[in-house]
Amino acid sequence: MANSVLEVDNVTKTFPGVVANEDVSLTLNEGEIHCLLGENGAGKSTLVNMVFGLYRPDRGTIRVRGQDAHFEDSGDAIARGIGMVHQHFQLIPVFTVAENIILGNEVTKGALLDLAAARRQIHALAERYGLAVDPDATVGDLSVGEQQRVELVKALFRDADILILDEPTAVLTPGEVDDFFGVVQSLTQQGKSIIFITHKLREVLAVADRITVLRAGRVVGSTTAEGTTQQSLANLMVGRDVVFQVEKTTAQPGAAAMQTRGLRVQDDRGLETVTGLDMEVRSGEIFGIAGVEGNGQRELVEAVCGMRPATGGRVEMLGRDTTDWNPRRVNELGVAHIPENRSKHGVVAQYSIADNLVLNRYSQTKFSRRGVRNTSAIDTEAAALMEQFDVRATGASAALSTLSGGNQQKVVVARELTGDLRILVVAQPTRGLDVGSIEFIHRQIIELRDRGAAVLLVSAELDEIMALSDRIGVMYRGRLAATVDAADATREELGLLMATGSSSATDREQQ
Amino acid sequence: MTALEHASSLTHSPQRVRLDRGTITSLLFGLLGVALIAGAAPAIDSTTRRFNLERPPNPAGIGFHPPTWIIAISVLYLVTAVLGFSPHAARRWAGLARVLSALSLVPLALVLSLALSDNPGTNVVNLFSQSFVLATPLALGATTGLWSERAGIINIGIEGTMLASAGVGYMTYALLGAASSTGWLWFSILISVMAGGLVASLHAVLSIRFGVNQIVSGVVINLFALGLTGFLRSEVIFRTGNTSGVSTSDVGLPLLSSIPVVGDQLFRGGPIYWMMYLVVFGTWLVMFRTPWGLRVRSCGENPHAAETLGINVLRIRYQSVILGGLIAGLAGAWFSMESQGGFEDNMTNAAGFIALAALIFGKWTPWGAFGGALLFGFSRALGTRLQFLGVEVSGFEIPSEFFQSLPFVVTLVVVAGAVGRSVGPAAAGMPFQKSR
Repeated sequence: MANSVLEVDNVTKTFPGVVANEDVSLTLNEGEIHCLLGENGAGKSTLVNMVFGLYRPDRGTIRVRGQDAHFEDSGDAIARGIGMVHQHFQLIPVFTVAENIILGNEVTKGALLDLAAARRQIHALAERYGLAVDPDATVGDLSVGEQQRVELVKALFRDADILILDEPTAVLTPGEVDDFFGVVQSLTQQGKSIIFITHKLREVLAVADRITVLRAGRVVGSTTAEGTTQQSLANLMVGRDVVFQVEKTTAQPGAAAMQTRGLRVQDDRGLETVTGLDMEVRSGEIFGIAGVEGNGQRELVEAVCGMRPATGGRVEMLGRDTTDWNPRRVNELGVAHIPENRSKHGVVAQYSIADNLVLNRYSQTKFSRRGVRNTSAIDTEAAALMEQFDVRATGASAALSTLSGGNQQKVVVARELTGDLRILVVAQPTRGLDVGSIEFIHRQIIELRDRGAAVLLVSAELDEIMALSDRIGVMYRGRLAATVDAADATREELGLLMATGSSSATDREQQ
Repeated sequence: MTALEHASSLTHSPQRVRLDRGTITSLLFGLLGVALIAGAAPAIDSTTRRFNLERPPNPAGIGFHPPTWIIAISVLYLVTAVLGFSPHAARRWAGLARVLSALSLVPLALVLSLALSDNPGTNVVNLFSQSFVLATPLALGATTGLWSERAGIINIGIEGTMLASAGVGYMTYALLGAASSTGWLWFSILISVMAGGLVASLHAVLSIRFGVNQIVSGVVINLFALGLTGFLRSEVIFRTGNTSGVSTSDVGLPLLSSIPVVGDQLFRGGPIYWMMYLVVFGTWLVMFRTPWGLRVRSCGENPHAAETLGINVLRIRYQSVILGGLIAGLAGAWFSMESQGGFEDNMTNAAGFIALAALIFGKWTPWGAFGGALLFGFSRALGTRLQFLGVEVSGFEIPSEFFQSLPFVVTLVVVAGAVGRSVGPAAAGMPFQKSR
């Protein structure tokens, strides 16, 4: 029998009003990859944060190599050989790679930092584990994949032999994911033991030795990769039968509803991230934009919706030149926008649900008279929309911030999909949502398409793009590298386009 | 399309020129240039004036011809305007041109004022040495802000911290040591420094322990210091009868201060003035070259990341804010025991706020902040100098209040216009709560 390096024994952790973990047990064997699977809010992060010393369990014990561990902070966990790569990277963008790696375990010569020695140690680690990092690069300039390697080196620099990887693949392209799996497997061959958190079933089956499924804070199943299927894992995770395939009929596209011609847009730092983009979205179709994040998708969406000025080119919607219109004017033309960053651009968290539901229509005569809000009309409308869009809340007057992420997103969807809609621009509509909410929101988008609206869908989830879109444009360095029919597209082809901007290696060399 | 054509189509795409802060600044300089060439240069007295290098009588100096200088500076302003609105590659020089233009406002003001006054010359070496001396509290104050904000705590209470320590320090001197040995003066300076640390720990407790809005906490400290020192002056210092005392004696740097003509003016100054250089250098060394400095900076950028590495964010923030307070205490001692011997109400006179501007100007780096302090010290010295010159425009003497406002005008122009965007520590102002 394999040696267990980490045992979590009947651990319970409650936060005010929520039981995050209840009697959770888990054993990690030496040299294995143990997948922790569960929906958002199932308690995966809480569990590993306790193992890493950030939270303290209310009850139960954690043992590292057979010895009880009472961690006061993560420094204690690090000292016992535990390393963690957080879902949101815990890096300091303005520091160099070397500074990020040594922070907290500094290499010194006398009283001063010894960056030269640190550089040598980092090079040695990078070579040993096949993790290429440049110690002198500034972390903020690195790609997401590179930042992840920095996080891994950071853990290894502290001699971690138990590695916790919290949703490490959520931010990677399909190609990068394959490379990442290679790295993970080489780590286990060198004796590291890994807890791998994810909610992507494909990955679990590809990489795991053993699998533990959490639901609502409890362990609901434990199995090995050989002994299970995607469907049974999904059912276990959600607690009911899950339909994977989004059902939709063939699109009946009409005339072009939205076009861009040579569109150029700059990001916040003044770098041009949309570099002359031509695109056409027809009414009655869903046009999906795939691409690695940071290739200009965000700026494209914001420019189209009037939130960011174009530095060149044109945007036309419904036959009118809408370049640099303000968001309200765009909205009044019949364009709805479900933004990528819900809390920043989608809702006012302190307002009530009802007020959030009429944020785009509060000034219409239906909801206001002579500058005074008609609260009864707003409440009636809100009640109807909450019913129709299945928003689960204590009432329409509750603050929006009291809702779960999925229900907040439903509020945004309900608001934006109401009214005389001709175009929908939607970015990352299901990021961070559970399977149930995802199904619901996907159905709404397809229904809207069937009513003849043009839909521009931007998503980092390739599965989502492939499931919903009628045509797919792959965005690479600010332009569409290719536009393909969704029916003909393969994962591999799209993945290659996303990573290189070209669909085959030979094309790439010709450029 | 060949690769070459492809590349050139990218670089030559014309960009729309927008009316942002930079282009507006360029435009203003352009208008100023036109006004100077058309209005000032022909009208100005063209008698030769002198920049003297030492005190009268018969000082060594450099003669110059005012209209020539004014035209040269105007040409720089016109170039700045043209670059600012140039659509192509030349635009990348526009920022540099704006900075040069902003800096040239200082010689412009000097040349114009000298030409408009009856004085044939003025001592510029003394003007520079005055600038360095007047930069002392600004550089120390900016260093205070640097320690606090790099650790993630916004500190607008620098002004109050300096004022309180100036008052408490001098009060100690008035009570214990007036008219006796200079040992007591140094003891009082030490008390001043400790008082700075104490006021800063109040800010630290309010903003770290209790999560009070850091701006509010800073404002409270400024108001508190004003009231406290006013009370101490009238009820304690005044009653001791020691309303004025000795101040620290100047120290000359060996060798350098014996350089002929300029040495004694440039390399002789008070002990706190010399300590200021040590503080700025030490701050740079500790913050950027030691493990603790690295940790301080991590707490100001991403405290959660620091926490995941086992760093005690709260402790580091306390240490850093209080260290800053000690430095502000030294600045306070400069006011009441070096610059002059005695305490007056509100004697810091907004130096703490200008220090913050110097910090922003210097993009939260010690030497940058020192440069900012120098610029504002210079404008303050210049303002004082211009009052003595007695500048007249068409027979109307410009009131001294105008020149007293010069440092603030320079602050406004520099911070708003030429510097552009200066980004501070990412987590500054955000309370941090430990995970549990």
